Amino acid sequence: MENTTRGLGYADLPALIDAMRGDEKHSGAAESTVDVLWVLYDRVLNVSPEAPDDPARDRFLLSKGHGPMAYYAVLAAKGFLDPAELAGWAGSESRLGYHPDRTLVPGVEISSGSLGHGLALGVGMVFGLRAQGLTEPKVVVLTGDAELDEGSNHEAIALAGRASMAQLTTVVVDNQSATHGWPGGIAERFAVEGWATRTVDGRDHDALHAAFTTPHPDRPLCVVAVVEPKGS
Amino acid sequence: MGMRDAFLSTMEQVLDEDPRVAVVLADISAASLEAARRRHPDRVINVGIREQALIGVAGGLALTGMRPVVHTFPSFLVERPYEQVKLDLTHQGAGAVLVSWGGSYDMPTAGRTHQSPADVALIDAIPGWTVHVPGHPDEAVSLLREALPGDGTVYLRLSGQSNARPRPGPGMQVVRQGGRGVVLAVGPMLDRVLAAAEDMDVTVLYAKTVRPFDAETLRAAVAGTGVADVVLVEPYLAGTSAHQVSEALVEVPHRLRALGTSRDAEVRRYGEVTDHDLAHALDEASIAAALKAFLRPD
Repeated sequence: MENTTRGLGYADLPALIDAMRGDEKHSGAAESTVDVLWVLYDRVLNVSPEAPDDPARDRFLLSKGHGPMAYYAVLAAKGFLDPAELAGWAGSESRLGYHPDRTLVPGVEISSGSLGHGLALGVGMVFGLRAQGLTEPKVVVLTGDAELDEGSNHEAIALAGRASMAQLTTVVVDNQSATHGWPGGIAERFAVEGWATRTVDGRDHDALHAAFTTPHPDRPLCVVAVVEPKGS
Repeated sequence: MGMRDAFLSTMEQVLDEDPRVAVVLADISAASLEAARRRHPDRVINVGIREQALIGVAGGLALTGMRPVVHTFPSFLVERPYEQVKLDLTHQGAGAVLVSWGGSYDMPTAGRTHQSPADVALIDAIPGWTVHVPGHPDEAVSLLREALPGDGTVYLRLSGQSNARPRPGPGMQVVRQGGRGVVLAVGPMLDRVLAAAEDMDVTVLYAKTVRPFDAETLRAAVAGTGVADVVLVEPYLAGTSAHQVSEALVEVPHRLRALGTSRDAEVRRYGEVTDHDLAHALDEASIAAALKAFLRPD
């Protein structure tokens, strides 16, 4: 759905990201997620700055809270944030830190930064939505391939698979930064737990959109979005 | 009926009454709530032996407006997923009622792995928690029922040890008045404190809620006693509430003796609960000796 309220588009993201200056230590992480974030907010998620608390909204959880520049840029483009606010980011007067805080930033569903928390929170959200009869809203969790090193993710991956969570999507932005790698591929780790999986080019908007919108009845969905290796 | 059974049977009723309540388990006690799970499959969630997911799932439930009640032994509820308690609940602004059973050494034959004397101190290191340490199953049930309608973070610490009768009512209670000092007994410690102090002229206070700490009642008791000597008797890590006593009495020159489980060494012992009471000097005779040694003669 098209819900750009300020008339800003994908082409504006570099300028919005550039507005965030200072001692950015996670720029690589920011760049890796920008296309995934854009496709989700522009074409997939049912979220709106006019109704940020609508119980029937989709939820996007940035589990990999490092490098939120692209996230803030997309939120600004979509009207959750005033683009003018980006310039002061990470300052003591700013709501926008190196890791996002849900209690400070409009449209941010979880406070993240410490790795390995988003998936279990997302699983809990799906349980909570289900218990209230809200079976339509999607819960989309973005993690990194290195973030999957955290064992907490594997608790959540197994649980979501066994609970047949069709409302849940995990998008793993794979920039091949996991120290020991994932033999057999990341998707396989999810598939053996009962997830539907798609592995796509993380820069190809149409491929990402198709992956996010392909039906996956009675199973959670894992989209592995492969981008260029970290540091390349 | 002990505190654990009282909790589980209350949850059966609550699940039937309140569609906002969900119970999250990690196998412990799951069999006891199986009938409730069949009636409310969306609201009795057993995550298996996954204690990090246990707390993360509770945080997610709360973020959709549900009221999660999370239950397992304290080692696995507080210690193992401590960062989840800090981040997936408090830092998200998400509420939950964490209910542990097992106390500091209620499963003595299980050894150190199943002892959690530091649980209250750990919870106390995260802002905003209400901490209840009931001394009787009836108190456990009423504290649970009071916690459910809210949105806050609540730790309810259930134990196999309890006092002979419940003491309803909020805040700190004055059980006895005396002139040599004030003894504050927390939760299941009350009966043995009363027995230990039977022949002593002391004020005895009882608290089943330790956070927030009822500083006003403590100050009033100290003023009424006229001697600012305070003994704290807690069923977990010695001195867990010492900073609260210091803060409450910051304007009053005072002495404090804090009794509780030992900080000096792991107790690598099996046996009975009473063996551990002795090892931690929390039995009646040891408490009596500590009171006698600390409080000044009339």
